[in-house]
Amino acid sequence: MNICVCIKQVPDTNEIKVDPVTHTLVRKGVPSIVNPFDTYAQEVGVRLKEKLGGKVVVISMGPEQAKEAIKTCLSVGADAGYLISSRKFGGSDTLATSYILSEAIKAVEEKEGLKFDLILCGKQAVDGDTAQVGPEIAEHLGLPQITYALDIIEKDGDIQVKRECDEGYDMISTQLPAVVTVVRLPYEPRYPTIKSKMAAKKKEIPVLTEEDIPAINLERCGLSGSPTKVKKTYTPVTEKNGVKLQDIEAEDAAKQVVKLIYDAKIL
Amino acid sequence: MNLADYKNIWVFIETECGKPKNVGFELINAAKPLAQEKGCELIAVVIGKDIEGVAKDAICYGADSAIIVDGPEYEYYTTDAFAKALVALVEKYKPETLMIGATNNGRDLGPRVSCRLKTGLTADCTAIAIDEETGNVAWTRPTFGGNLMATIMCPENRPQMGTVRPAVFKKGDYDEAKTGEIVKEEITVAADEIRTTLIERVKEVAESINLEEAEIIVSGGRGVGSQENFQLLQDLADVLGATVGCSRAVVDAGWMPHAHQVGQSGKTVAPKLYFAIGISGAIQHVAGISGADTIVAINKDPDAPIFDVADYGIVGNLNEVVPALTEAFKAQKA
Ligand SMILES: Cc1cc2nc3c(=O)[nH]c(=O)nc-3n(C[C@H](O)[C@H](O)[C@H](O)COP(=O)(O)OP(=O)(O)OC[C@H]3O[C@@H](n4cnc5c(N)ncnc54)[C@H](O)[C@@H]3O)c2cc1C
Ligand SMILES: Cc1cc2nc3c(=O)[nH]c(=O)nc-3n(C[C@H](O)[C@H](O)[C@H](O)COP(=O)(O)OP(=O)(O)OC[C@H]3O[C@@H](n4cnc5c(N)ncnc54)[C@H](O)[C@@H]3O)c2cc1C
Repeated sequence: MNICVCIKQVPDTNEIKVDPVTHTLVRKGVPSIVNPFDTYAQEVGVRLKEKLGGKVVVISMGPEQAKEAIKTCLSVGADAGYLISSRKFGGSDTLATSYILSEAIKAVEEKEGLKFDLILCGKQAVDGDTAQVGPEIAEHLGLPQITYALDIIEKDGDIQVKRECDEGYDMISTQLPAVVTVVRLPYEPRYPTIKSKMAAKKKEIPVLTEEDIPAINLERCGLSGSPTKVKKTYTPVTEKNGVKLQDIEAEDAAKQVVKLIYDAKIL
Repeated sequence: MNLADYKNIWVFIETECGKPKNVGFELINAAKPLAQEKGCELIAVVIGKDIEGVAKDAICYGADSAIIVDGPEYEYYTTDAFAKALVALVEKYKPETLMIGATNNGRDLGPRVSCRLKTGLTADCTAIAIDEETGNVAWTRPTFGGNLMATIMCPENRPQMGTVRPAVFKKGDYDEAKTGEIVKEEITVAADEIRTTLIERVKEVAESINLEEAEIIVSGGRGVGSQENFQLLQDLADVLGATVGCSRAVVDAGWMPHAHQVGQSGKTVAPKLYFAIGISGAIQHVAGISGADTIVAINKDPDAPIFDVADYGIVGNLNEVVPALTEAFKAQKA
């Protein structure tokens, strides 16, 4: 089974702080990581490959720096990685991003001399947070999709997906090729070893620009290819200055909170 | 694309096995002032099986009229069938705006449809308004795990599409006497056009838990210590008529099924009252509770980040505080 994993390099949103004066995000010094949901996609992809044979190829669109994220994936089981990068791709919303990625996927198939059976994405990127790129890649490629996967299980060469739903999960089968977006897994992604890290470092990561994706229509890329426009951003006021009861007997604290809740007519 | 050809605001009403999700009715209430401002119609769109009653309900909740697509192929949600039907409706009627509840199915369907229509989709919105200057919809949404809010518009493409978070808006009053036209559209989807198959639906929770629509949630984290100890939270929940939720650490430990998980990879909730008990307040958890009106945190660590977002905090051992709370609420209710 040949698998393409789409990964995005994101700032570690755990580390992001808001400047109290300017009310903007402080990104300086914030480490870049592989989008956590994508690490699940990568892990399940590698496990499927280990069982069924084939290749796992990761692709990422972003600046040169995103090669680091690709290297991380190469150190935990991916066979090859491509960076999709061009000034013309900057500023893309999800429609344009997914269009570029879908064209890049076709170009990578050509270069690798294979056809992908499965395209895996994370459920969402923790910076943009839209969860739209996966389904949109599926639409551009005309493939079936399953979103919110909790696990992907191989059955006689076919796959079944545990899809999260309100009261538990749905078991869903699909024709291949297909796009699956992964929300979590019953197991954690593996760690690299020193040896696998060294090997990943040595691997070349080809960069694909619009020149390498001849079929791409540049009018559909970047800001001009993006129907949504971000008009304004602002940081929400989060400090609540709530009441904090400390060093008080549990019983008294509980009574006080209940009184406060009723006095405030919350209940 | 001639923008002037596109009129009216549509709200997609999600159903499952013929039963509506609340979020559709919430969006009707949220879209009503927008429709008034634009002087246009507010139309409910229902796709499902045996859903004429749902269309009627949507009208009683405030829609001017409804369009329905009813057929056996729509009993369970599939991307292929629903996308085909919704795209066909949009192409025929040309709505100016289309809103979809940001449930798992809504966020599966939305991007598939917007991409086929080559229009913009704003994700997971928590506020909607009409931009005074341009008359476009201004969609506001949290990004960066809730650290940054963004207002987004789709000025040159139609329809303007957005998915909107459940439980951010309240349902309007149900007016039984209200009437409106219900238009039936025949759109059939052949079996081989649907490329995914539901093999089985596995329920992991005894009764249906619906965190998104719960008014009060009592959530526990790793600090609760064990599956058995969740009984303390259940007792509190019973007194309050609340639903029990949890952090991901609890799901990972196997103490609770995933359907109870609140947060970025679980449910986004918006209750009147949220209890975070033995939960540290990681950003991925907090991302799921930003819509809660009031947050009560109980934690033994005075520096736990959960206290930054709590309205009321008790620093203490949950094994003492939670039973005390249960008793105090009991006494108050008596
Ligand atoms: C504040 C802000 C708000 C925004 N709001 C919207 C909006 O509402 N609608 C909209 O259309 N655009 C929006 N955008 C633009 C959007 O964030 C970008 O298009 C972004 O590149 C992709 O969206 P995402 O980060 O939400 O990814 P998601 O759709 O959440 O990502 C899902 C998965 O797709 C894959 N993926 C995503 N990006 C890449 C990549 N670059 N390379 C490889 N794989 C990838 C990964 O597997 C990822 O897990 C917004 C941008 C900003 C800055
Ligand atoms: C991509 C991604 C997605 C994620 N999605 C989610 C999500 O959807 N939801 C989610 O919750 N997490 C999510 N997480 C995980 C998140 O980062 C945290 O690891 C998790 O929320 C921690 O759970 P917790 O607060 O229960 O446990 P901990 O962080 O271990 O906190 C336990 C707390 O209990 C307190 N405590 C211990 N004993 C007692 C006692 N006797 N009395 C009172 N207090 C006590 C401790 O002081 C501590 O603050 C996600 C992580 C990633 C990377």
